[in-house]
Amino acid sequence: MIPAPFRYHRATSVEDALEALREPDSKALAGGMSLLPLMKLRIGRPELVVDLGRLELAGIERADGAYAIGALTTWDALSRVEELRGEGLEAIADCARGIGDLQVRNRGTIGGGLAHADPAADMPAVAVALGLELVARSAEGERTIAASDFFLGPFTTALAAGELVTAVRVPAPPPGSGSAYAKVEHPASGFALAGAAALVTPAGARVALTGIAGGPVPVADPEAGFGGIEVYGDRFAGEEYRRHLARVVVRRALERARARAEGRGS
Amino acid sequence: MPERIQLVVNGEPRTLEVEPRTLLVHALRDGLGLTGAHVGCDTSQCGACTVLVEGRAVKSCTLLALQAEGAEVTTIEGLAPADELHPVQQAFVEHHGLQCGFCTPGMILTALDLLSRDPDPDEAAIRHALRGNLCRCTGYQPIVESVRAAAEALS
Repeated sequence: MIPAPFRYHRATSVEDALEALREPDSKALAGGMSLLPLMKLRIGRPELVVDLGRLELAGIERADGAYAIGALTTWDALSRVEELRGEGLEAIADCARGIGDLQVRNRGTIGGGLAHADPAADMPAVAVALGLELVARSAEGERTIAASDFFLGPFTTALAAGELVTAVRVPAPPPGSGSAYAKVEHPASGFALAGAAALVTPAGARVALTGIAGGPVPVADPEAGFGGIEVYGDRFAGEEYRRHLARVVVRRALERARARAEGRGS
Repeated sequence: MPERIQLVVNGEPRTLEVEPRTLLVHALRDGLGLTGAHVGCDTSQCGACTVLVEGRAVKSCTLLALQAEGAEVTTIEGLAPADELHPVQQAFVEHHGLQCGFCTPGMILTALDLLSRDPDPDEAAIRHALRGNLCRCTGYQPIVESVRAAAEALS
């Protein structure tokens, strides 16, 4: 399978990429782990592909009590990074380590993955539970979008045409916090049938689910169950079974996050 | 509109013409005659097309040749001189890590990425690393044993 013909532009700067992406039928290419399969299936047929791969947008910086993860930081790098191991941010590495496979993690990026917004993707749940923020650049300037406002539905985000995710801000949780990500995955695809991210702080717990609806779903009160949340069923997991899996992964994520908050878990 | 690109393949600078839509696996196979990278599922699941780009395992069916422009690419053909075997290849021979051999180049190159970062992996680490490489004949047990033996041979 070979993609339909397109023109290719290798971006030399964020400004250059934004300029090129003004063309209506253009697509930004980061790691390509989501876009290229769609183009090979010819579900995606952009006229112009703007390759962001050579931009210096990878890496993690600490500033103002928060971390900034460059949009082109790969899942593999995130799964190994030491800075994010403690302080309640463990869910990020948990989650990154379980995405796809080694080859996919070597190429796939956090910015590209979040912007793609697959409803069964793992990191959106972590983004919502940990309160991550997406930094989006456009010709007009820069804005910050909370993860809870970013995911609008399957493959649909609050990014406007001509906007590019350049970084993901990670607010540092208060001391004494722990977080975790747990999923039950489809054995072939690795995508979550149900996945849960949990952040436990001295003030309480924040939980979000993925794989059960059109996007990540915050769970207001995990003890009360998910009666109010609409769960979809498909040939891999019917609605009732998926609802059961959701309960299981929420419990696992919460237990692990609590253990880490109390300094017991790894 | 073909473009000329340069790659360093198995240590040698190579120039070839590609279209923007040319995938790296086709550039290697059809452009350079390196048929060790196999087209299996063609949907970035089976790992038969795995090659190393800058030392990292990638699925070359899901990478544009243009994305790799200027990069160092290693295919199975580049691991050892003709008539010789790399220690990982040798370990696969000795531990029955292959039967039909279709998945083997991808298995070996993925194992090399793993061993470059974790020279002493346990069984769980090997299985986690090989998750994106499917074998349909020997089963995974002898493959895992081959990688473990390779780790010891290289240590």
